[in-house]
Amino acid sequence: MSNRVNILKTYKLYINGAFPRTESGRYFIIKDKSGKQLANMCRASRKDFRNAVVAARKASDGWSSRSAYNRGQILYRVGELMEGRKEQFVDELTARGYSKSKAEKEVEASIDRFIYYAGWSDKYQQIFGTVNPVASSHFNFSMPEPTGVVAVIAPDDQPLISLSTMIASVIVGGNTGIFLSSETQPITAITLAEVLNSSDVAAGVVNILTGFKEELITHFSSHMDVNSIWYSGTDQNAKKTIQEKASLNVKRTHFKNFIDWMSDDAENPYLILDFQEIKTTWHPVGI
Amino acid sequence: MIEEEKKHKARLDFHSIWEYSPAPESSDHIQLKEQYELFINGAFVAPEQGEYFDTINPAKEEKLSSVALATEADIDKAVKSARNAYKKYWSKLSNRDRGKYIFRIARLIQERAREFAVIESLDGGKPIRESRDVDIPLAAAHFFYYAGWADKLKYAFPGRDPMPLGVAGQIIPWNFPLLMAAWKIAPALATGNTVVIKPAETTPLTALKLAEIIQEADLPPGVVNIVTGAGKTGEAIVQHPDVNKIAFTGSTQVGKIIQKSLAGTDKKYSLELGGKGANIIYEDAAIDQAVEGIINAIFFNQGHVCCAGSRLFVQESVADEVISKLKDRMDTLIVGDPLDKNTDIGAINSKAQLNKINELIESGLNEGAEIYQLECDLPGQGYWCRPTLFQEVSQSHRIVQEEIFGPVLTIQTFRTPEEVIKKANNTPYGLSGGLWTDKGSKIFQTGSKLRAGVVWSNTFNKFDATSPFGGYKESGMGREGGLHGLLPYLELQ
Repeated sequence: MSNRVNILKTYKLYINGAFPRTESGRYFIIKDKSGKQLANMCRASRKDFRNAVVAARKASDGWSSRSAYNRGQILYRVGELMEGRKEQFVDELTARGYSKSKAEKEVEASIDRFIYYAGWSDKYQQIFGTVNPVASSHFNFSMPEPTGVVAVIAPDDQPLISLSTMIASVIVGGNTGIFLSSETQPITAITLAEVLNSSDVAAGVVNILTGFKEELITHFSSHMDVNSIWYSGTDQNAKKTIQEKASLNVKRTHFKNFIDWMSDDAENPYLILDFQEIKTTWHPVGI
Repeated sequence: MIEEEKKHKARLDFHSIWEYSPAPESSDHIQLKEQYELFINGAFVAPEQGEYFDTINPAKEEKLSSVALATEADIDKAVKSARNAYKKYWSKLSNRDRGKYIFRIARLIQERAREFAVIESLDGGKPIRESRDVDIPLAAAHFFYYAGWADKLKYAFPGRDPMPLGVAGQIIPWNFPLLMAAWKIAPALATGNTVVIKPAETTPLTALKLAEIIQEADLPPGVVNIVTGAGKTGEAIVQHPDVNKIAFTGSTQVGKIIQKSLAGTDKKYSLELGGKGANIIYEDAAIDQAVEGIINAIFFNQGHVCCAGSRLFVQESVADEVISKLKDRMDTLIVGDPLDKNTDIGAINSKAQLNKINELIESGLNEGAEIYQLECDLPGQGYWCRPTLFQEVSQSHRIVQEEIFGPVLTIQTFRTPEEVIKKANNTPYGLSGGLWTDKGSKIFQTGSKLRAGVVWSNTFNKFDATSPFGGYKESGMGREGGLHGLLPYLELQ
């Protein structure tokens, strides 16, 4: 066959719509199932995270003022583009020991997950918003609005479907975020970043880091410009740290986790509601 | 007299000083077949009796294509194919996959949007600006919105198990041909029903083009069947014993006939009928914006709009100013070639409709109303109606009571909110209403008293896939659009 020497890919971080290396210059090694080195991943630092928060905050205004319909279309577009990259995702998962059919299932479910949440873009408001029949002569309604900047720590297993679910449910509601990928299987996260970057998701809306949870959790939970944090791990100490640090600026903490992220349990609008604030508006009625 | 002169000096004379160059949208890329068959069971098939009718361009009175005339035997075939598709494919698909097919339709409409817009304007006479910016994008948005609902229905109606009805028979009008098809097909499919739909006889082409898209999207055969014809074809759909649901948009007169003929059957039905919308201008309104809103309310789509603001009510203290500005603004409207991007008012949809409008204008004159019309040249060929205002009218005038469905506005004045609410509600219709005021509290006060399904405040004729639309009273029942638009196609077990 061909005796061509292949070009190996460099995996970098995804911050503010660009792919920088970690400012720390550190890396960690990801190996395939036979123990052969697959990639040097960037080991993101506190500074990388802080840069990502700045990008997410900057993108917040624009993204949250898009129409719901537009956000839905963009998420749908992400699904469309993932469909075209299916094989690459499958290869990356199988390299790490997935069987082909298991990898295919996870990739397809991840695409469908984006489509699923795309569909919610202009509907969750209709489920969770209310018009309140107040006793006085006022017109009064309550509507969900995005919490703001969300920091997310994804689980190690099922790396693509879990990250897809977390990204889709957080951003469909108008939030922007910083997502720390699976530590053990980070490669698909960067490929997903490439998909997001070539879809119409604006720069800074999704920022993806690779690195070590243990090192970054404190920074994720203590940053004063992060409004909400989602940790899907099960480490009780980590949870406690997050809850404590979150109190610095009254961050909302979420620990929703799924044994199987492929299951329908991970498809519901309450994952969107977790990252929403409810605003009630009063208006007088009279002549 | 001096006042009068001043006023005219200040006026913008668009016709002689700034003449518009023609800016026609190209129709070169449009491919229409000489003859269109019925779309049944996923294929284009000839009608049983071999009869066809012409669909024409109302701006030129030229034939565009001939279209199959579906008779009872064809409708039976279409219903059977819809039933079969319901049993064999559509009800067996997962909710998610059903949604994916509908997403495909939305995307394909977006891809072919310009082609659809041009055909819509050719076949129906509406200005390209409207078909391009309103009809087609909204149609795609409707499919997109309802596609998303397909696998989320349990969240729409908590505590209930929403089930499809089966085969839906749908009959739509000629004023927004593709958009009405989208309003009907999208929620029906999302809720798991299959469809037999009949576009209006004067505007069948975009529905038949939609049939092509449904083929491209690879929907299972028979899920959507598109049959063409006039009243008798519609009647055959309504009467067919194996149809579970009828959705009709059209005149109140025909709606009543349908409701009556369905008596004693178990068919569910939703009706979106005529209207005679009140557009209320309070003295504290932003007058220039209100004038723009009045124009949009009555002249959008030549006034062929069931929710048009066809009855204007102006508070007495600002009536002179509003009416004078309204006339000035109306004088700038451009009537003519629907494909010209400058055109504000296109062609009247059909000869029959033009005759109906003219007859009602005549009655207005006979009943003593004062007419004001735009003076402009009208094309020699085609069906045209000048934008028309009537003053000195009363509640009992035919032009105030009856739906004209043309570019004709009646103007009345009022003194108090109580008075205008009474006048606005003094109609058998209840589809839409508009009100203009700078005071928010007034919006909600007056809005809550209007007996109409849609109330626009400081705007008019706005539509969105997420927003329910439909009438009170004789303007119909059931809602289309939004979460509530799912209900007419579901049984909540």
